[in-house]
Amino acid sequence: MLKKRLIVSLLLQNGQLVKSVGFHDYQIVGSPQIAIQFFNAWAADEIIFLDISTSCEYTDLVRKDSVFPELSSLIEIVKNSAKTCFLPLTVGGGVRTIDQMRELFLSGADKIAINTQAVRTPQLIAKAAERFGNQAIVVSIDAKRNNAGGHEVFIDHGKEATGLNVVEWVQQAEILGAGEILLNSIDQDGRLSGYDLSLIRCVASAVTIPVIALGGVGKWEHLVDGVRAGASAVSAANIFHFTEQSTRQAKKHMAEAGIDVRL
Amino acid sequence: MVVIIDYGMGNLFSVQNALRVLKADAVISKDPEDLKNASHIILPGVGAFPDGMKNLKASGFVEILKREVLENKKPFLGICLGMQMLASIGEEHVKTEGLGLIPGAVRSFQVPEKEFRIPHVGWNDAYPTEAGKVLFDGVDQNVFYFVHSYHFVPDDTSTVAAWCDYGECFVAAVRKDNIFGVQFHPEKSQKNGLMVLENFLKA
Repeated sequence: MLKKRLIVSLLLQNGQLVKSVGFHDYQIVGSPQIAIQFFNAWAADEIIFLDISTSCEYTDLVRKDSVFPELSSLIEIVKNSAKTCFLPLTVGGGVRTIDQMRELFLSGADKIAINTQAVRTPQLIAKAAERFGNQAIVVSIDAKRNNAGGHEVFIDHGKEATGLNVVEWVQQAEILGAGEILLNSIDQDGRLSGYDLSLIRCVASAVTIPVIALGGVGKWEHLVDGVRAGASAVSAANIFHFTEQSTRQAKKHMAEAGIDVRL
Repeated sequence: MVVIIDYGMGNLFSVQNALRVLKADAVISKDPEDLKNASHIILPGVGAFPDGMKNLKASGFVEILKREVLENKKPFLGICLGMQMLASIGEEHVKTEGLGLIPGAVRSFQVPEKEFRIPHVGWNDAYPTEAGKVLFDGVDQNVFYFVHSYHFVPDDTSTVAAWCDYGECFVAAVRKDNIFGVQFHPEKSQKNGLMVLENFLKA
């Protein structure tokens, strides 16, 4: 039987691993190279790298004085990770073109996540799916609740409202050829109070491709809630950074709740 | 020397990295002539079937590959799309002729879509058959990482090396003599996947 997946989302900013609260507070938590080795050993099912750097001065901000030399580009980080990580690796953040995607695939990415550019030029989804196969294209969505009780798609690091309804957008993304949806909640990001379950339910019913839930996990039980709401995979970021064997513990909890996971 | 065929599709470095861990001498090659010196040949691949075949033909690999595999009996492993291209025909987007090394067709899943989402992505159990003994020998847990929307339906079920269940029973691995194929990604399936690759290297 197909197992429910537990996916570690690693947020990168200027080459460093960060945690995020509400899409605006970022705190450095360490080096991506070290993190990936731990999660590879701790039974995580997949890794997602999301580069949230906004600065064009990426290389200038990289610290050269730390014990583990920091890598100066996303490509370098991906290449380095692929050497030690025998897990599927999804990479996203700032991906705008087919050429960029190809370079990331050649560096060791298995799937590419696109967000802002997919909204700006939806045909990018179709082109990418045609070139690399649907299964390699993840459409990442940052959703925010609106006053009408629905959810709106935000782009550009959650700063730009699009007027697009999430349910409308995921259906379009599926038709264009998205292989999976990575669904993040801006409201829940870093709040530790659990996923936006109504958002997951809505999106999981609207599409037939797998939905990965992200945003808001504060305890392992929230992962169970996400699966029960209809997610094919559950992801979190911040919570995995501060405890020993975090992903293994999380999966044990899911297994005890009766969810079929790979232990 | 293991030759990993580079025909412009997919994640070649992951396969090379996995072989490096297994201490195998592996090269990624765009040159069909390299197949002549190969001890083992791996055809990885992520992407669509028609593109895969088009690129493989354009890069001039097809003829030499068939000769090395069929006449010189070199162990061959197709991974994911690389396994699917072993078939005689692919039905992804448009009907496309495959390598025809193992007769059969590549088809889409026919399953209730809400219950069994496509692509089939994630870790699933493989059930090796008698034909899969070599490939799955000594594997601790037959749980592997899959990511695909189409699957290989061989004409002769005695070539099935492992089954997998996702709404319908589909083929997770094939074997015909020195020709092996896996639908899952051994290079992404941690120690169980590495074991499968190691078994292939012993073949």
